[in-house]
Amino acid sequence: MATESDRKQLRTTVLKLLSLAGAMFVFAMWVMPPLYDLFCEVTGLNGKTKGQYTAVEAKVDTSRTVKVQFVSTNNEGMPWGFSPQDFSIQVHPGEAVVTNFIAHNPTEKIMVAQAIPSLIPHNATDYFHKTECFCFNQQTLAPGETAELGLQFIVDQELPKAVNTITLSYTLFDVTESAKEAVEQKQKELVQKRISTEQPATADSQTLTAR
Amino acid sequence: MAHGPAKGLSRWFYTTNHKDIGSMYLWFSFAMFFLGGIFALVIRAELFQPGLQIVEPGFFNQMTTMHGLVMVFGAVMPAFVGLANWMIPMMVGAPDMALPRMNNWSFWILPFAFAMLASTLFMEGGAPNFGWTFYAPLSTTYAPASVTFFIFAVHIMGASSIMGSINIIATILNMRAPGMTLMKMPLFVWTWLITAYLLIAVMPVLAGVVTMMLMDIHFGTSFFDAAGGGDPVLFQHVFWFFGHPEVYIMILPAFGVVSAIIPTFARKPLFGYSSMVYATASIAFLSFIVWAHHMFTVGMPLLGEVAFMYATMLIAVPTGVKVFNWVTTMWRGSMTFETPMLFSIAFVVLFTIGGFSGLMLAMAPADFQYHDTYFVVAHFHYVLVPGAIFSITAAVYYWLPKWTGHMYDETMGKVQFWTAFIGLNITFFPMHFSGLAGMPRRIPDYNPLWADWNMISSVGAFMFGAAQLLLLYNVVKTIRGGKKATAEVWEGSHGLEWTVASPAPYHTFTTPPEVK
Repeated sequence: MATESDRKQLRTTVLKLLSLAGAMFVFAMWVMPPLYDLFCEVTGLNGKTKGQYTAVEAKVDTSRTVKVQFVSTNNEGMPWGFSPQDFSIQVHPGEAVVTNFIAHNPTEKIMVAQAIPSLIPHNATDYFHKTECFCFNQQTLAPGETAELGLQFIVDQELPKAVNTITLSYTLFDVTESAKEAVEQKQKELVQKRISTEQPATADSQTLTAR
Repeated sequence: MAHGPAKGLSRWFYTTNHKDIGSMYLWFSFAMFFLGGIFALVIRAELFQPGLQIVEPGFFNQMTTMHGLVMVFGAVMPAFVGLANWMIPMMVGAPDMALPRMNNWSFWILPFAFAMLASTLFMEGGAPNFGWTFYAPLSTTYAPASVTFFIFAVHIMGASSIMGSINIIATILNMRAPGMTLMKMPLFVWTWLITAYLLIAVMPVLAGVVTMMLMDIHFGTSFFDAAGGGDPVLFQHVFWFFGHPEVYIMILPAFGVVSAIIPTFARKPLFGYSSMVYATASIAFLSFIVWAHHMFTVGMPLLGEVAFMYATMLIAVPTGVKVFNWVTTMWRGSMTFETPMLFSIAFVVLFTIGGFSGLMLAMAPADFQYHDTYFVVAHFHYVLVPGAIFSITAAVYYWLPKWTGHMYDETMGKVQFWTAFIGLNITFFPMHFSGLAGMPRRIPDYNPLWADWNMISSVGAFMFGAAQLLLLYNVVKTIRGGKKATAEVWEGSHGLEWTVASPAPYHTFTTPPEVK
């Protein structure tokens, strides 16, 4: 029968293999997703744009014009109206440009949306800076409300010469389900607004009587 | 020590005997093979003509999904584990597997996993309908409610595979008879050793990807949901990081089987034994760096496409070494064509055809045309059916006399071979053409342009199905009786498993044999 050393050897083999399996599970769950995000961020692949950018003093390169196109898409089942104000703008590298997207909530309920950007070509992602963007926050709209969602960006002077057109696309997702707080807050704001719009007469009379 | 099997049903529930467990794995996989086959025939019956005739599109999608899942995880993988259980201890001169109780457990959780998976067919909203590759968000946001049962079934299958693999590696590394050095091991043992490492490396990744799905569905995370900062493309990367080694998990043991059978019936030792070992190891290594060739069309940069394209083509080199060695083993051999040999030769020829269409798909620019068409379906059925299924069938015929002590009926074996061989080619060859003509995968109705190819494929599918009934008949008949088999069984057989009596006694090699 198996001797003590045989058993010990067997135990070592099994422990090694079990830890390999455990390590691979950890790798898949907790290493691959952040690694993937990091990889996309470093290479600019997958259209992931950078976060907020603080503008630095820079000269505007008027000798060059780059076309920036805007695309808006609604994720499946998202009922909002969503479109860019300008479908395409000619910009000079280094200049701060402001544009808007128009969003409209046609439903009867308060809804919260998140816009997810995607940018091509991928070698332009490092040179497209957003100083302000509605995509940094979730957007809450009351029933029937229309809003201008602002975007301010700078195309870097270092943009590779081969890039003449940049396309920035936003997909709008319905995140109402997971943003209960935002809905509640909007509800409160709406109630207050209704009070303040219904109140003026009474408020005035109250002040009058008080006086 | 020398006692026989327990009496009655408890023998099968409590057994820790590698031969009993091997037999249970094989019967289980045979049952799953018929279940998956029925799903396939529902698909082929619907596709016999354009238009919707037999099933609803939703149910059709459930059929394609369940066919893939059952065949991959229920039929092919357990069949190879069953063969490993039966043969590896006998091939390395060990009395049993290294961890017999875990062996019992790793088998007995499988029927529960598949009962759970199959039960989804009767649930409200139906079974999983997102394809066996279960891409998010189709399998998360848009999945039927039964997806949770699918996830847990996959977890159990993964646990079973990991335990089975640990057992196989522990047996091979620790329980070899004195003198059985690594480079003296039969190639079936070698290929399984490498496969078991692949399984341990990637089954946890599969468990990880379904766990992320579970969390996205029920716990509000957004691994694969762009709205929450996740990315559906990440799903494809993680899935195929598991998925590509998985396809080699289904083929490497087949290489081992064929490398055992061809020398026997060519009556020559295997040509290039050590190159076979190194080729297997190279294929296993390469399988980890080619996953993105399944996703050439997601929008990768040129550099990525080129790198994955060349890495994929590189696999043709070690595979070519293997095919060369099999052909050279047969060269000037004194060949006879018993059923296992016929299946093995068909394996070499048809697997090579599947390999060539694989090379065509590996070309990134051409892949944009082939992607998600029937050309892909033709390719992977050409590597999996004559690859995995034919080699398992060959193995069953080859070792059946050793298992049962009876010779199978050679004429019936040949009838089965030719029915299966012709049926297979009629089914899958036309799919190359319908695919090149643009027919997409996973559709219940199609343009009449592809009607002829589909009708031919459907006829072949039913023929191939009938051939499997013949296999069942042959196996049962051999178990019940037949000509007594000798210990060697085959004139040219070679290896420790042929030194024990036929049928193999319940306990073999309780004292280790001497290997010179």
